Amino acid sequence: MKRLLEGFVWALAALTGAATAQELAPEALVRMVTQDVIAVVKQDRDIQAGDRKKSIALVEEKVLPHFNFTRMTALAMGVNWRKATPEQQQALVTEFRTLLVRTYSTALSAYRNQVIEVLPPRAKPADTEVVVRSVVKQSGTEPVTIDYFMEKNPDGWKVYDVAVAGVSLVTTYRDTFANEVRNVGVDGLIKALAEKNRQLETKRG
Amino acid sequence: MGRLWRLAAAGAAAAALAGCATVRSPDPRDPWEPMNRATFEFNDGVDRVVLRPLAEGYRFVLPEPVRIGVRNFFENLRDPWIALNQLLQGKVEEALSDAWRFIANTTFGIGGIFDIATDMRMPKHNEDFGQTLAVWGVDFGPYLVLPILGPSSVRDGAGIAVASQVYLPWQLPKWLDVDHRVAWQNSLTVLDFVQTRANLLDATDLLEQAALDRYAFVRNAYFQRRRNLIYDGDPPPLPPSDARSDFAPGGHATSPAGAPRREPHSVEPKVPTNYAAVLAAGAGRSAAADRSLER
Repeated sequence: MKRLLEGFVWALAALTGAATAQELAPEALVRMVTQDVIAVVKQDRDIQAGDRKKSIALVEEKVLPHFNFTRMTALAMGVNWRKATPEQQQALVTEFRTLLVRTYSTALSAYRNQVIEVLPPRAKPADTEVVVRSVVKQSGTEPVTIDYFMEKNPDGWKVYDVAVAGVSLVTTYRDTFANEVRNVGVDGLIKALAEKNRQLETKRG
Repeated sequence: MGRLWRLAAAGAAAAALAGCATVRSPDPRDPWEPMNRATFEFNDGVDRVVLRPLAEGYRFVLPEPVRIGVRNFFENLRDPWIALNQLLQGKVEEALSDAWRFIANTTFGIGGIFDIATDMRMPKHNEDFGQTLAVWGVDFGPYLVLPILGPSSVRDGAGIAVASQVYLPWQLPKWLDVDHRVAWQNSLTVLDFVQTRANLLDATDLLEQAALDRYAFVRNAYFQRRRNLIYDGDPPPLPPSDARSDFAPGGHATSPAGAPRREPHSVEPKVPTNYAAVLAAGAGRSAAADRSLER
């Protein structure tokens, strides 16, 4: 009976914990989201077979709320961010977000039972900027690290960059963005992103 | 292998002459961009016409467990070279782990088809001669796209040239007494390329989607990846002068708490800052970077 009661208390604690994502430590948040997403992908044959609508919906529901796309876009733009008008900035964020969501949802269908482990925190509790490290393990190949660069916001921790195997998403886009702005301007870059998104849309529904 | 190199070089030269691509993004790390872009295009063509279809066929025909066995077989043959490079970089513990890995997988793992060493807490490592040179202080050298092999640098390309002379399936050792040595060697080399390409299909599909300009995207990813590899996945934060910090909502060059921070083993490589071709490309056969060139 005592054990049952204990179990009940734990379950309650877990429930309330999940309900307030903004109070989760960054590692716990990453672990929770990762587990949630994997649990869905593992069960959903449509996503495994590459159903884009379903995987995009999954990403938008589970993953998107934990990203700060404005900061992500600003970082990828570098010095050019300040040269853009607020309207241009808004358009950039929208297009960049669409592109990243599409790319990420495609990656989901490639998931094949790899084990994803979130490493214990290195940051101090008072920190407002942390890197949460995780490792994807798969027999036969070297483990691949996924690092989440996160910042503390009033409504919880938000990811503003992701590095896979040491390759930062934001940094990788920086060259391309800088080139586009240099050659065709901010509006040209927005157009190029929108065009890319349109292509992806028509290509595979 | 020699013939393949020559063929590839000839093709690249032809492409360079025909292409004369316009430079769209001057990057101090990439002084030979027109030539590199031409080689990139050439590789792309070869990939579209030959490698990719072969890899897709390979993936279509063989069930996943078989493909994993093949991959393990080739990966296992790389482990002695990886162990040697660990040693050359002064990492004795890792060198021993990789040597045992090879022994365990070759025997109990039946010629390397099963990777049992990972479960025995001897994880696969990624080392190559380019990384060793970086640890010894050799500069990244200009970015160099190699025919067929893809993104590299002068230093890393030199590393590959050395490695290709000792890497087993590409260069069967003299003491191995087999009939039709050349035929075996060529078949194994081709199979290795095809299976490696097959493993990268998902990654390249992703790249296709994600990139506006694939050339710039791959180049940048390569620089980052190599830097990461040279520091064994734990590079020190970039100096604040780096682009990351000097704009709007705060860059992360300021090294957020918990960011990886570690002194490189023994020698501080003069250079480190580089990265890999295709994300998560297990095919760590290329190499490194240069802080002085970094932006």
